[in-house]
Amino acid sequence: MNLQQIIERLNLNLLTDPRDFETIHPEGGYTSDLLSCVMAGAKSKYIWVTLQAHLNIVAVAALLDVAAIIVTEDAQPDAATITKANEQGVILLSTSMPSFEVDGKLWEIGLRN
Amino acid sequence: MCPNRIRTEQEIHGRHGRPITDQDAHEINRVEELSYDLKIHEVMSKNLQTASPDISLSDVLKILRINRISGVPVIQDEKLVGVISIEDIVRALQNNDLTETVGQYMTRELVTVASFDSIVKAMQTFAEKHVGRLPVVDEEKKLVGMITKGDITRGILVALQKDYKAEEVRRYRASHLFEDIISDRTTLVLRYNIKAQDFTHGGNASSHIKRALLRLGADAQIARRCGIAVYEAETNLIIHTTHGGILKLEVEPHRITMSTTDDGPGIPDVEQVLQPGYSTATDQVREMGFGAGMGLVNIKRCVDNMELESTVGKGTKLIMRIHVPAENFNARKEG
Repeated sequence: MNLQQIIERLNLNLLTDPRDFETIHPEGGYTSDLLSCVMAGAKSKYIWVTLQAHLNIVAVAALLDVAAIIVTEDAQPDAATITKANEQGVILLSTSMPSFEVDGKLWEIGLRN
Repeated sequence: MCPNRIRTEQEIHGRHGRPITDQDAHEINRVEELSYDLKIHEVMSKNLQTASPDISLSDVLKILRINRISGVPVIQDEKLVGVISIEDIVRALQNNDLTETVGQYMTRELVTVASFDSIVKAMQTFAEKHVGRLPVVDEEKKLVGMITKGDITRGILVALQKDYKAEEVRRYRASHLFEDIISDRTTLVLRYNIKAQDFTHGGNASSHIKRALLRLGADAQIARRCGIAVYEAETNLIIHTTHGGILKLEVEPHRITMSTTDDGPGIPDVEQVLQPGYSTATDQVREMGFGAGMGLVNIKRCVDNMELESTVGKGTKLIMRIHVPAENFNARKEG
């Protein structure tokens, strides 16, 4: 499964610059709003689901090399966050769904690590 | 490979400035990477030979012969309407029809690629459609060039050559730092001043450290462990110190030592702060997702050895060490 399919199936909004999402293959997912837990639990190429939307999520995602961040419940990262994400090559996606629902849908389409 | 830097115009159209990932560092080779990074408009030929549908096939044959090409796009009223190639002309020859017009024999079923796509897209289309050349169109579907397999090969070679000078050489030099400099003990020291409450730049030092280690030739796994440990330590300086502190990285061929020092407030009970989940962070900081009480626990997990010393009123010193296997940093004495 590639990121393009995930974006389409979950109807996610793309906040950062377009990329060739078909070439990105997420290998699992991790959900938490506590940055240290994400540091410990999220692996490289995982999708990180969170309702945190501030600047520091970009640093965490970049250090961990996550495939993308899905920001839930319509939380809005500000312009500085999006700019930094573009600089660091971090993909930011958003949705109005709560994290629980996003996880359920990811699980349903086969992202089960 | 390419480090993070300020986003440039080229990042949109070219490969420069592309952020490095663990994956890049390890698995993807340069040519594969280039096939995704190079855009079709960068390698296509823009010197376009075209034909109008009204000219005769024998005239097209002349164009093909003079330019030594095997096909040309057919343009009518500035619009791409088809492609005429040697195969089409062979069909006409069978009917003794070379006086006929291009419009009669051209291939109207148009397979095109977009100028802003990666060259890998053109490679896929070549394979799927069994064609050797493809018209390239822009966002408005206007013909802007032609691309052949030869263009792709040439484009990759040119990019590799440019790239090699700009990037590989730099990485090579960095990764051989420890081999080139002879001393009884070589240490590379990087220092970062971390300001208290500066959440805006939180994680910057850690990203720089991780990138520096990769460039120095460290294994991706080691760079990742250092990145996580140093991120937690950096965050602690931002959240908990009175005046911020200094984050230091010392790289030696066999060991990486990371440390933070600050001048207060100090930790009253060092045993207690090592308990998972124990945190003194304010509600405001916790709302941002910090203060889970897992920072030092994470550090311990990532490093081989951690020392925490603190005196209330004086400050705290945290030392983290990771042992480096011999194959990192080219520390071995060979050739």
